[in-house]
Formats: sequence, C-alpha cells, structure tokens
Amino acid sequence: MFRNQYDNDVTTWSPQGRLHQVEYAMEAVKQGSATVGLKNSDTYAILLALKRSTSELSAHQKKIIPLDSHVGMSIAGLTADARILSRYMRNECTNEHYAHDQPLPINRLVTRMGLKMQTSTQRYDRRPYGVGLLIAGFDSKGPHVYQTCPSANYFDCKAMSIGARSQSARTYLEKNLDKFANCTLNELVRHGLLALRECLPNDMELNSKNVSLAIVGKDHPFTVYDDQKVEQFLALITEAERKGKSSGPSEQDRVMETEP
Amino acid sequence: MRWEEEGMKQNAFIMGNKLMGSNPHAFSLIMPSIPITHTQTPYVTGTSVLGIKYKDGVLIAADTAGSYGSTTRYKSVERLRPIGQNTLVGATGEMSDFQTILQILDRLIITNAMFDDDNTLGPPDIHSYLNRVMYNQRNKLDPFWNTLMLGGVKNGVKYLGNVTMLGLHYVDDHVATGFGIHLAQPIFRNEWNEDMTLEQGTKLLEKCMLVLFYRDRSAINKMQIANITEDGVKISEPYALQTKWDYEAFSNPTVGNEGSW
Repeated sequence: MFRNQYDNDVTTWSPQGRLHQVEYAMEAVKQGSATVGLKNSDTYAILLALKRSTSELSAHQKKIIPLDSHVGMSIAGLTADARILSRYMRNECTNEHYAHDQPLPINRLVTRMGLKMQTSTQRYDRRPYGVGLLIAGFDSKGPHVYQTCPSANYFDCKAMSIGARSQSARTYLEKNLDKFANCTLNELVRHGLLALRECLPNDMELNSKNVSLAIVGKDHPFTVYDDQKVEQFLALITEAERKGKSSGPSEQDRVMETEP
Repeated sequence: MRWEEEGMKQNAFIMGNKLMGSNPHAFSLIMPSIPITHTQTPYVTGTSVLGIKYKDGVLIAADTAGSYGSTTRYKSVERLRPIGQNTLVGATGEMSDFQTILQILDRLIITNAMFDDDNTLGPPDIHSYLNRVMYNQRNKLDPFWNTLMLGGVKNGVKYLGNVTMLGLHYVDDHVATGFGIHLAQPIFRNEWNEDMTLEQGTKLLEKCMLVLFYRDRSAINKMQIANITEDGVKISEPYALQTKWDYEAFSNPTVGNEGSW
C-alpha cells in the first residue's frame, strides 16, 4: 500500500471504495507476535501465543487475557487497545451473570464486540482499534474460536492464526484441519504447538518463557498456562520439533477484506 | 390512569432535572403539578397462583379474578402469560404492576430477538432478570406489588420458582403464592411426587384450587391451567370446577340452635 490522498482519516472513502485507515489498522495486527487458536468438535478450545520481550531485562508481554470462566482471548497488535476491549468484554460477561445468572454465549459476546468496534470506523474523532483478537470459549453450544479484526469484522473459525509470520501457521492448520474435530486435549495442544513453531523467527525455539497456552472446555474453566505450568505441555513435542523452520520471506501484503 | 401519570411524571422529572439537577425532591418545590408517589397499597389484586413440576414439564394454575378490595370486580383477568418460547409467568397482587412487568419482559424478549442469533431466553435467565427488576424497585421503596411465579422447560431442564415484591427469589419442585402458600403447599408436600403424569398433576392442582375457592374469599370458580413442556406453552381456556354444597348441615342450619341467626 502506498500513501495516497484518501488515507488521512477513517471517514474518507477512496475512489475504489476502500477505507485506507481501516486497512492500515489491520497492518498493526501483523506487527504483533503470532497466536494460534483451535478447537475440537465438542469439548475443548485452546489458544497458544508466542510471547515477545522488548529486552532481556523485562518480562515477556502477556498475550492471553481471561474474560470469564468460560471465555478468554489472545491478542495481536496494540496491547493497550486490547486492554480496553478486554475491559468491555469482561463487563458484558459480568452483566450477563448479574441480570440472567448465565454465562454470556460466545456468539453474543462477539456480536457486541463487533458493534462496539464498528463505531470507531465511522467517526472522525476516533480511530479503529489496532488489535486482532482470537476469542476462545465454551458454552452450551460447544467450543468456539472467533477471530476479530480492526475492521470490526468477526469470523467463526475452526482454527486460526494471526500476527507476525502467521501465514505459515495457517498453512499448517489448513493441512491438518480434518484431524482437529476428533482430537483429544493433548493432541490439540500438540497440533497448536506445531502450528505455533512455524511462526518463530530465526534462531528461536519454543520454550516455557515464550509460549503461553490457554485451555477452556467442558468442565474446564478458562485457564492460562505460563512459565513452569506450560512445561508439561511443551513435553508433548520433541526437542527437534521445538525449533522453528527458518523464516521465509516476510508476510506478503494482501488486500484486506473490509466488506463482510 | 396510572400510565398517564407515569408519562406526566417523566416530563415533570425531565424539566425538573434541567432546572434543579438530579435530586428528585428538589424540583417539587418549583413544579406544582405531579408529586412523587410510591406504591403503598394495591388496588386491583389477583389471588393465589399454584405451580408443580411433573414428568414432562411444569403445570401452573390460577383463577381469573381481579378483586377491588373486598369486592370481586373483574372476573376475566388473565393472570398467566407466556414469555418467549419456553416460559410462563403468573402473578399475584397488583394487576397494573403485573401489566408493567409484562411490558418490561416484552422489551427484554424483543431486544434479545433483535440480535438475530440462535440464543433464546430460558426460564433461569428470565427468573434472574425479574428478580433484578423487583429488587431494584424495592430499593427505591416503590415496589411492584406482586409475587410472580415463573415456570418453564428448556433443553430438557424443568424450572419452577417465585419472585416476591421484596426481591426474594427461589426455586422448588412445587410452589405457590398468596393463600396458596398456606392452603395448597401442605397438600403438595403430602401428595406431590416426581413422576406425576399430566392427569395426576392436573388433578392435584384442581384439588388445591377447589380448596382455595372454598376458603379464599377473593378466589372465584373460574380458573386456567397452563402446561409448559419442551414443545412450548399451552394455557387452557377458563373453566369451572365441580363444587359440592348439598351438605346436610347446610339444609337445616339452625337445627339444635334455634334462635341464633
């Protein structure tokens, strides 16, 4: 994408019918480190994320945010924007417990998110949220993985990956899609880790410092596994499998769909 | 009309807000018209509602009387109403408050439907929501003067419970409101069991409604029974029960007591 005279604010259409500011916001998602979400047919949905640290002195940036005991999300993009959205989503979940004494159905949560995010794509005094989310949850209709974009579009996914170098992970997920429905929890985690390692930069490998895992499912409230706790899951893949493939050419630019 | 008053109250409140801020009592010094009122006594009331779970769902019965103090003024008041696909609400107490509650529930159902997804409101959701409504009104010291019964079946789960005007709510296998608590629930405790058929459940409710007709002066012999199953809500047309008045003691009431009136 090149700079043009139609990309100054989000309330200006380009002659091709595009909102460039929204598309630029989608680029911000690709700057964030990779995260993967997948689920089986009836019992579990999981999220995996590659954590980055700005320096050796600071801790790795948290990527997975629990929202309620039956739902949580992982983020790619502007962390600060993600925190605002997580505050809104937690509020919606709590309100549902207060008024209806029920967990908020995931599709309803995501619909409300879409409505909230859309307003910032249509006002001159706001900017789109620069963060992509993978929302994993379990409700009366089973496990769900949803993807949201800064364009306020949301997608119900069987499996998904977003963030830097995530195309490789998506390729892995597409290749193995038929297997996920019947996977046990451990098999799902193994697939997730193998997908995640496709997104590693050169000379890095998966370890307990940079992998974050979250599991939610039937009789399993949303739980995040970091550091020590993720070791038991890393043991599901061999030493060799922890290393990434050498990173290929950087992610191709592609035209983002801003139409639903 | 209470609803007209409500409308004028809204206008007065808005104007008063503009003049004096949100302290509700401040503006009544300036605005001479509508005072703030709190429900202190009911006017048109419905009497007991009875509910039991049975094998295939939930049965709820109520008569169709609306009393105005001690006189039976309205004889065709529908005190049982379906809400959404799987739930029924029955009301005891002030009927105008019940009508307001029905409007609130209508708004809830419609707002939920506007999301246009496959989520519907079931009995536990509505029960919790009603409890919130009743409790919040009670906190304003302006209660909805009702005891509401809520029953339904969703995804195979049978649900039955009450919400009182103080914002207390509970669930049970058999519940009653008003006089039904004192006259009908003891009969439920003795004779209810989990596997009652539709006929057995109906018979039990009719037996208790008969006792209530004999003993509760605000009850009339014109009742409806609602049957809620997984397939939905069915409310019967109003019908009357067989009563027995030809007792020997009634034929010659002053025998052995001549001179008493």
